[in-house]
Amino acid sequence: MMADSGSNEEVAVIGNTDITSTESESNIINTMVERETALLRKMEINVAEAEKRTGKNTVNMQETYTVYLIEIRPAETVPGVGAPAAPDTLWRRYSDFELLRTFLLVTYPYIIIPPLPEKRAEFQWHKLSADNLDPDFVERRRVGLENFLLRVASHPVLSNDKIFFFFLTEEKGWREAVLETGFQDKADSRLKSLSAMFRVKNPDKRFTAMKQYSDELNTVISQLLRVRARVADRLYGVYKVHGNYGRVFSEWSAIEKEMGDGLQSAGHHMDTYAASIDDILEEEEHYADQLKEYLFYTDAVRSVCKKHDLIQYELEMAAQDLVSKKQQREELATGTVRVFSLKGMTSKLFGTESQEQRESRLAALEQSIQEGEEALKEKNTECQEFVQMAWEDIERFKEQKDKDLREALISYAIMQISMCKKGIQVWSNAKECFNKM
Amino acid sequence: MSVGAPRALASSGQKPITEILHPLSAAEEPLSATVGGDKQEVGLTNGTPVETSSPASTSSLFNRLQLDDDLEADVRDPYADSSETRDLFVTVDDPKKHVSTMETYITYRVSTKTSRVEFDLPEYCVRRRYQDFDWLRIKLEDSQPTHLIPPLPEKFVMKGVVDRFSEEFVETRMKALDKFLKRVADHPVLSFNPHLNAFLTAKDLNKRQGLALLSKVGESVKHVAGGYKLRARPAEFCAMGEYLDTFNQKLGTIDRIAQRILKEQSEYLTELREYGSVYSSWVGSEDELLRPLEGVAGCVTTSCGALEDLGENMSQDFLPVLREYVLYIESMKNVLRKRDQSQAEYEGRLEAAILRKQEDRTPMPVEVEKCQDKMECFNADLKADWERWQSNKRQDFKQLLTGMADRNINSYEKSQAAWESLITLLQDKQTEDKTSETN
Repeated sequence: MMADSGSNEEVAVIGNTDITSTESESNIINTMVERETALLRKMEINVAEAEKRTGKNTVNMQETYTVYLIEIRPAETVPGVGAPAAPDTLWRRYSDFELLRTFLLVTYPYIIIPPLPEKRAEFQWHKLSADNLDPDFVERRRVGLENFLLRVASHPVLSNDKIFFFFLTEEKGWREAVLETGFQDKADSRLKSLSAMFRVKNPDKRFTAMKQYSDELNTVISQLLRVRARVADRLYGVYKVHGNYGRVFSEWSAIEKEMGDGLQSAGHHMDTYAASIDDILEEEEHYADQLKEYLFYTDAVRSVCKKHDLIQYELEMAAQDLVSKKQQREELATGTVRVFSLKGMTSKLFGTESQEQRESRLAALEQSIQEGEEALKEKNTECQEFVQMAWEDIERFKEQKDKDLREALISYAIMQISMCKKGIQVWSNAKECFNKM
Repeated sequence: MSVGAPRALASSGQKPITEILHPLSAAEEPLSATVGGDKQEVGLTNGTPVETSSPASTSSLFNRLQLDDDLEADVRDPYADSSETRDLFVTVDDPKKHVSTMETYITYRVSTKTSRVEFDLPEYCVRRRYQDFDWLRIKLEDSQPTHLIPPLPEKFVMKGVVDRFSEEFVETRMKALDKFLKRVADHPVLSFNPHLNAFLTAKDLNKRQGLALLSKVGESVKHVAGGYKLRARPAEFCAMGEYLDTFNQKLGTIDRIAQRILKEQSEYLTELREYGSVYSSWVGSEDELLRPLEGVAGCVTTSCGALEDLGENMSQDFLPVLREYVLYIESMKNVLRKRDQSQAEYEGRLEAAILRKQEDRTPMPVEVEKCQDKMECFNADLKADWERWQSNKRQDFKQLLTGMADRNINSYEKSQAAWESLITLLQDKQTEDKTSETN
């Protein structure tokens, strides 16, 4: 079920419809691994376990939290030869992952940073627990965290980050190392870029389109997840009511002679049918998780576009600033007032300035213009570099998204087929019993 | 369960032909060699002989002309006699609306094919409305009070709640009327009732007169004096009563469950439709994902259609049959009550006669003997009909439940086929892309 070895294709080929959805899911993970980065050539990453811990938090209060075990193994060059080496392991909690992600967000503003699994359960249908300590939730989160690490590890740029490497290898002292980088300073400006309302005069059409697409995707996936939860709820009801047939057939069979056996066994099948929905819906949660990842991805896309807007805006401001300064210089040199300046006005009102004053002002302005030109050049370079790197990552992201979502839809179709097959099986069994009545 | 009508006139002193085990007993009766449907001996109560195959020319003509669908119906028909002995075939179909100044109503075509001498012609075709069926049933009940008369679909429908002229309603009703008539036609006694004959043959069913004479038959049995208290009901009839009560209860429960399932499925369907439309709306912003998304939306739509059909079928075919049996049970309990009355009357009269005998040595009055005969006839008829009813019930429910299973299977199969073809489509595209990329 893997992609053909020896080709550079990253497409997992599904040979038949008997592939289970978990196999299809692992196809996605495998395609990530095959996107060979230097990091993944060296190591295999797993989030193997989850454990509950209690400890004192920052305000010295007892709290219960979950930690996740990260396992690093040297990548096998020759599979199956010799005993597998014992993995290096360390424990991380969710807030560590959050810190790592924030660091990456600030440090690589032109990269679409992979999202973390949700902090609190959302879009749940009623049966699933929304409790963070619920074992099913913890398990799905474990998978999500592993997914996050693999996404980062397979990214051409992010996989080379030192802090990320330490996250995987240094349990103690990692938090300090992160804080030492001083990334929080840049973080403030990042916040500004996200919330600021500013108008860009010449927006880059590609980024505008991307932002719009990302918003649309966000809307449609949210909608999909919400409706899917309702669908799951209803389907649960349908299956469970059939369980009542089990009971009544059993009671009825007690007063029947020839019909009794057939009815009784048919009733058992109805019970089986009613029970089967639990597994079916459990499996569908994987599909929901795949959609959720991309829902959260849209936030990351949006923030890259916003950052670009900010840089573009700053560039335009810098250019505008330079233009106005040059105009001022011109006025000062020729004596014509075209641009309003407070100094100019006051000197007009309160008497003309002396030649010396004018010359010193001109000199200051020249200096400012020179600095302005430097700043503009820098800003321009920054902008161009940002655009280039961001757009490269956006293209990479688009390809990844198309492939992943296609896989997800296929695996959803497979789940549906499996559900139909199970249904047919149970009803066929029941029919056989009815025939024996 | 061994099946068979009583072979001779029941009379006092003779052991009942079929000992019915208490239905609630745990003992398993050894299965007799009945295969498939009933093997009905056509010997009868009431002394009326039945020709199994008349030497008359109509019979041979009939045998040659036996239509395919009748043959099919024979195979499907669970309460049919084996085809060699059946000589009366009835069908109800072709509903038509009639509008007159006074009223609007539906008539149905009632077709008969028979080789019986009681009928002048081998084939008949008449149109009847529900009222006529109702008339027939009342007449049968009156003239054959010791027999179980099959039920009719419900008479009254709330105008405004149910559309009496909707296709579904008419279809459901027609099927029930067809079943009613077939059951009567298959009954070894009821099928010879002159009222049935009139119903099947008369151009203009004159309800008011003409058949008054015929209805005198069995009237003596109809009027059972009330006021007599029953001392001890025989165990087998107690068992019947208890069985009917429990069975009635279970049917009610099954009806409620089926309705609940329909409701849940309908709500699921509503959500599922919206779900499909979200995929459709997603298509607008995508390029590469266009095909898979459209495909998924399509499959969801197909599943919705399959589910809709399932619901309709259950509503039209499953629930009415359940309700029909509830009506059947009601009418059976009535018959049981009448039997009780008949026994009570006999016992009462007997007691009075014995007392009188003790006083003035008069012989046992004829009345009392008549009563005894009546009662024993009743018991025998009832037992025979009970067996037949049990057997029919078994076939009916077997058919009903396997039908339910089939419909569910069918619904899943449709859905599965849609999803599988989507996967094939997407896989083909995938291999297409691969080959074009490597080229």
